[in-house]
Amino acid sequence: MILGRTERGKPPVEPVTLKILVAGGFGVGKTTCVGAVSEIKPLRTEEVLTEAGRPFDDTSGVESKSTTTVAMDFGRITLREDLVLYLFGTPGQDRFWFLWDELATGALGAVVLADTRRLEDCFAAVDYFERRSIPFVIGVNCFEDAARYPPETVRRALDLDPDVPVVLCDARQRESVKEVLVAVVRHAMAYAAEHRQAVTT
Amino acid sequence: MVRPYAMTRGRTSHAVQHRLDLIAVVVTEPHVDDPEEDHALAPEHVRIVELCRDTPQSVAELGAELDLPVGVVRVLVGDLVDEEMVHVTRPVPPAELVDESILRDVINGLRAL
Repeated sequence: MILGRTERGKPPVEPVTLKILVAGGFGVGKTTCVGAVSEIKPLRTEEVLTEAGRPFDDTSGVESKSTTTVAMDFGRITLREDLVLYLFGTPGQDRFWFLWDELATGALGAVVLADTRRLEDCFAAVDYFERRSIPFVIGVNCFEDAARYPPETVRRALDLDPDVPVVLCDARQRESVKEVLVAVVRHAMAYAAEHRQAVTT
Repeated sequence: MVRPYAMTRGRTSHAVQHRLDLIAVVVTEPHVDDPEEDHALAPEHVRIVELCRDTPQSVAELGAELDLPVGVVRVLVGDLVDEEMVHVTRPVPPAELVDESILRDVINGLRAL
């Protein structure tokens, strides 16, 4: 580790970091989406069951089993040396909802990926972000064998607020995913501006 | 195969961590020269110090890089903060970012990818 070591007195750049969540039902393309724009790294979190899973996990008699492992995808996009965007794919299973709170805290916004063949799979994510007032966009992942629906039809089916963007996308395509992420950032900006106005008036 | 919390001596939390955010950035203090000389440190502590010396990185990245659960990374980083070998930069809450041009920079940066 001698090579490449930063010279003394020249501190390394501490980047500003932001995160966007990628949510949606199982198999809707969350991993594909994160992988289209960044190098995916698997991330393990060990949650202590006595705190996190108490309502679900009865550990009486097996007290030694105190943690459970949850894996999620995450990717890093280096926008500038001093500006880094992280993408986190949220765990799909319902029993890991407790992890969402940690992921959602401080998130700039979220993408909810939807598959028109099973739109109901993304209801839970839509509810979650609505309730937490986290700006989100719907990315309708256009699977080849699925019928195409206009964004307004999807909006009505999901009963979305009129300002929530609905974007058709292909989670495999880098350019397409980039546009979805740009839509999230734009929406987060508009959302914040609106909230500032609501506070001042 | 070592049980993950063995290297934290069974500790699952740390006083300074306050649930360090996944995207909080760990930065090695410039005065830290050779962490391996500190025999109180586990090999994982040393790796964190080395990794964050040239490239400050997030708690999530350290977890992926070291193949350790996030909870373990939090405890280890907390130890290193106590020892004043690293400091942690907490992320700016988005609510405080929106006035700035940073989000425009994010959009431009994404388009340029």
